[in-house]
Amino acid sequence: MSEVKSAAVGAAQSTQKEGYWTVRVYRERALRLLVIAIALIYALFPVAFIISSSFNPSGSILGQGLIPNNPSLVHYNELLNSALFPFPLWVWNSVKISTITAFLAVMIGALSAYSFSRFRFSGRRALLLTIFLIQVFPNILAIVAIYLLLQTIGEIIPAFGLRTHAGLITVYLGGALGVNTWLMKGFFDTIPRELDESAMIDGASNWQIFWVIIFPLVRPVLAVVGILSFVGTYGDFILPLVLLIGEPDQYTLALGLSIVLGDQFSQNWGLFAAGALLGAAPIVVMYIAMQDYIVGGLTQGAVKG
Amino acid sequence: MATIAKMDARSGTPGSPVGIILRLIGLAILDAFAIWFITRLFADQAWVFGVLVVIVTIGINAFFLSEKLYAFRWFSPGLALMILMVVYPMLSTIYVAFTNYGSGHILSRQQTIDLLLEPRGDNLFIPEGATEYQFAAYRSEDGRYLLWLIDEAGRAFAAAPGEPLMANGEGLDGVGTLDSDGFPETIQGYTRLNRIEIASDDILPTLVFGTAEDSIGISGRRAARFELRYSYDEASDTLTDRESGVAYTAVDGVYTAADGSVLPGGYFVWVGLRNFIDLATSPALSGPLVQIFIWTIMHAFLAVLITFVVGLSFALVFNSDLVPGKKILRSAMLIPYAMPAFIAVLIWRGLLSENLGPISIVIRDWFGWSPPWFTDYFWSRVGVLVVQMWLGFPYMMLICTGALQSIPSEIYEASEVDGASAWQRFWNLTLPLLLVAVGPILISSFSFNFNNFGVIRLYNQGGPPMTPTAGWTDILISYTYRIAFSSGQSDYGLASAITIVIFAIVLVITVLNFRFTGTWEEVSQNV
Repeated sequence: MSEVKSAAVGAAQSTQKEGYWTVRVYRERALRLLVIAIALIYALFPVAFIISSSFNPSGSILGQGLIPNNPSLVHYNELLNSALFPFPLWVWNSVKISTITAFLAVMIGALSAYSFSRFRFSGRRALLLTIFLIQVFPNILAIVAIYLLLQTIGEIIPAFGLRTHAGLITVYLGGALGVNTWLMKGFFDTIPRELDESAMIDGASNWQIFWVIIFPLVRPVLAVVGILSFVGTYGDFILPLVLLIGEPDQYTLALGLSIVLGDQFSQNWGLFAAGALLGAAPIVVMYIAMQDYIVGGLTQGAVKG
Repeated sequence: MATIAKMDARSGTPGSPVGIILRLIGLAILDAFAIWFITRLFADQAWVFGVLVVIVTIGINAFFLSEKLYAFRWFSPGLALMILMVVYPMLSTIYVAFTNYGSGHILSRQQTIDLLLEPRGDNLFIPEGATEYQFAAYRSEDGRYLLWLIDEAGRAFAAAPGEPLMANGEGLDGVGTLDSDGFPETIQGYTRLNRIEIASDDILPTLVFGTAEDSIGISGRRAARFELRYSYDEASDTLTDRESGVAYTAVDGVYTAADGSVLPGGYFVWVGLRNFIDLATSPALSGPLVQIFIWTIMHAFLAVLITFVVGLSFALVFNSDLVPGKKILRSAMLIPYAMPAFIAVLIWRGLLSENLGPISIVIRDWFGWSPPWFTDYFWSRVGVLVVQMWLGFPYMMLICTGALQSIPSEIYEASEVDGASAWQRFWNLTLPLLLVAVGPILISSFSFNFNNFGVIRLYNQGGPPMTPTAGWTDILISYTYRIAFSSGQSDYGLASAITIVIFAIVLVITVLNFRFTGTWEEVSQNV
C-alpha cells in the first residue's frame, strides 16, 4: 500500500504543479476504489447470499439476509442423510465420471501429441487438419444422433447404453483427440528433439523415450488439460440431461441439483444452498489456484504454436 | 523448423518376442470382441455404424501389425473414439434430417411388420368357423389363469399362457376329480371360476393360452383357436385384416387403410427435403423458428457485448498503480467465472424468483413493481442476459487486462505530447488496439453462447411458452432439444434438420473467424 502511494507521490513530485497533482491522484484513486468496491459487491453478493442461506436453519429463500440468524449446520446434516435426494451419491458420480474422463482424455491426448510431434508419416498433415476442423463443431450439436447411437449400443452392450456412466464417458472421450491434441502438440514441439535422439542412441525404445524423457517434461500441460477436462465434465449439463435422465441413481450433481431442487425455493432453498456451496467450492478453489495456467490455456486454445 | 525438415526415419523397433506375442494376443481379443459386436450391429440393422466399426477394427489391426504404420498406433484409441462418437453422429445427423425418424416412426420396416405378425394380443382373432372348445377357467390367488379344454373329439387339455398344451393336464399337480362334463372340480392352487365370474373378468379375454403355434383364447362364451389377424403380402407390401378384410398399405412408414385408420408401430422412411420445407413454410414451425433464430443471434451478441463492456470497464479501473492488492482482488473477481455455471444459474433463479427472490423484493420495495423475470417474454430475456453478465464478465476482464498490459506505453506518451485527452486516447488508441487483440476471443465467445444450452435450459427451460413446443428464451439448440426429447412427440428428423442449420451457421462463423485471424494459415504452418 505504502509503496504504491510513494510511487504515485514520487511521480507527482516530479511535476511542478505539485499540489494540483496530489489532489488529482487522490481523487482518481478514491474513484477507482469506489468502482472496485461496487465490482466486488456485484461479483460476490450471490456467493455471500448462498453461504448465508446454507447456514440459516430456515429452508425458504424468503427472509434470507447476508448474515444468517441462529447459524446452524442443519442443512449440511440433512444433505448428507437426505431421503429426498442422494447428494453424496451424485457428487460421487460427478467426481467419478470427471476423473475417469480427465485421466483418459489426457492419456489419449498425450499419446497422440507425442506421435504427431515426433513422427513424420504420410497422411500426418491431412489428419492433423481434419482433427482441427472436426473439433470446431461442439459434440452437443449432434446430441440427437448421440442419443440414438447409445440406444443402439445399449441394446447390444447394456453397460454402455443410455443411463450408464460408461456410455457417457465414451461420448466425452470421443472429443478428447480433437480438443487436446493440438494444445499438447504445441507444447511437445517445444521440447528439443535432441533429447530423444540422444536417448535413442543409448538404445531407448519409443515407449521409453515417451515415459522416461518426455512425460516428466510435459507434466504442466498435462495438468492443465486434465483440470480443464475435469472442470468441463463436472459442469456439463446437456449430455447428462439427455443420456442419464430417468435413472436418479446415475445422475451427476449438475443434473440432480437442477432437477430435484431447481424449483423448490420456498422449501428447499437452504438445502440447495448447502449443496451448491459444497458442489462449487472445490472447483472454485482449484480454478483460483490454477488461474494463470487455465487462462493461458484457454486463450491460446487450439492454436498454440 | 530446421529439425522438422530433417525427415524422421524413426519407425517401430521390431520389439522383443514377448512384446510381439502380447500385442498379438491383445489384437486377437479385440478382434473377437469386434466380430461379435459387428454381427450384433448388423443383426440390429445398424448398417452405417457397423461398417464404421469394421473400418476402425481393420485400421487398428493394420496399425499394430505393420511397422510402416507404427506412428498411427499412438493415436489409434483417440482416432477410433473420434470416428465412432463424433464423426458418426455428425453423419447420422445429416441422414436423420432427411427421414421422418421419431415417435410413430421408430422401427425398421421389418420390425414393424414382425410386430404386427407376432401372435399376441390384438394381433390375434378368432375367425368364423374356428376350432372351438368347451372350457372351464381357473384362477390362482396370485392372479395366474388356467383353462381346461375339451375339443369336439372329446380330448381334454390344460392350457396356461405361454406354455405348451398339456394333454389331460399332464404335468399339473393336484388335478381333482372330474365333474359330469369332464372338467376337474379342483386343481391344486387354483379356484374354478363360475360363469358369472368368467363373464365379468376383465383379464381373461386378453390372455393368450398356449404357445404361439397353439394359441387359444376366450371370446364371450367361446374358447377357440386364435389365428393371426393380419396377412402380409410381400409383393404389394400390404397387410390385410382377415376379420374385416381392410387392406393397409405403407404411407410414410405407417400402414394406413383407405379410410385413414392406421396400424400401430411404424418405420422411418426417407422424406427428402420435407423437414426443411416444413421448417421454412409450415406456419406452426417457421413462425417460432424465425423468432428463435433472431433471439439466438441477439442473445449471443448481447451476452458478448455486455460481458465485454463490463469486463473492460473493470479491467480499466483495476489496471492502475493506484490500486492496491490487485492479485487478491482479481482472484475474488474471478469467482463468478470459476463457479460451475449450472450452480450459478440456479442461484440466480433463486435471486430473481418473482415472489420470493431477494432481488425482486428489493426492486419491489423501491419501485412498487418488479420485473416478471420468468413469465414475461421480454423480461425473461433480460433475465437471461443479467445472468450471462454475471457469469461472463470476469473472463472478459481477465482477457482485457492481459491485452491492456501488452499495449506499449510509448504510444500513450506520444499521444499525450500531441495533446490528446484521456477520452480520445481511449477511443482512438486503446479500444482499436484492444479489439485486435481480443477480437478472436470475442468471436469464439459468440460461438460458444450461440450454443449455450445450459444457461438457457437452467434459467427457465426456454420459457415462457411461445407455442406448445417453443419458448421465448429458447435458442436453436434448446429448441432442437425440445423437439427431440422434451415434448410428448419426439421428432428426431425435424430436430436433426434444425441441427444442420446450426452446423451451417457455426461453419460460417468459424470461417469468418479464421479469415479474420489468419488461424488457418497459422495452423497449417504449425502442422
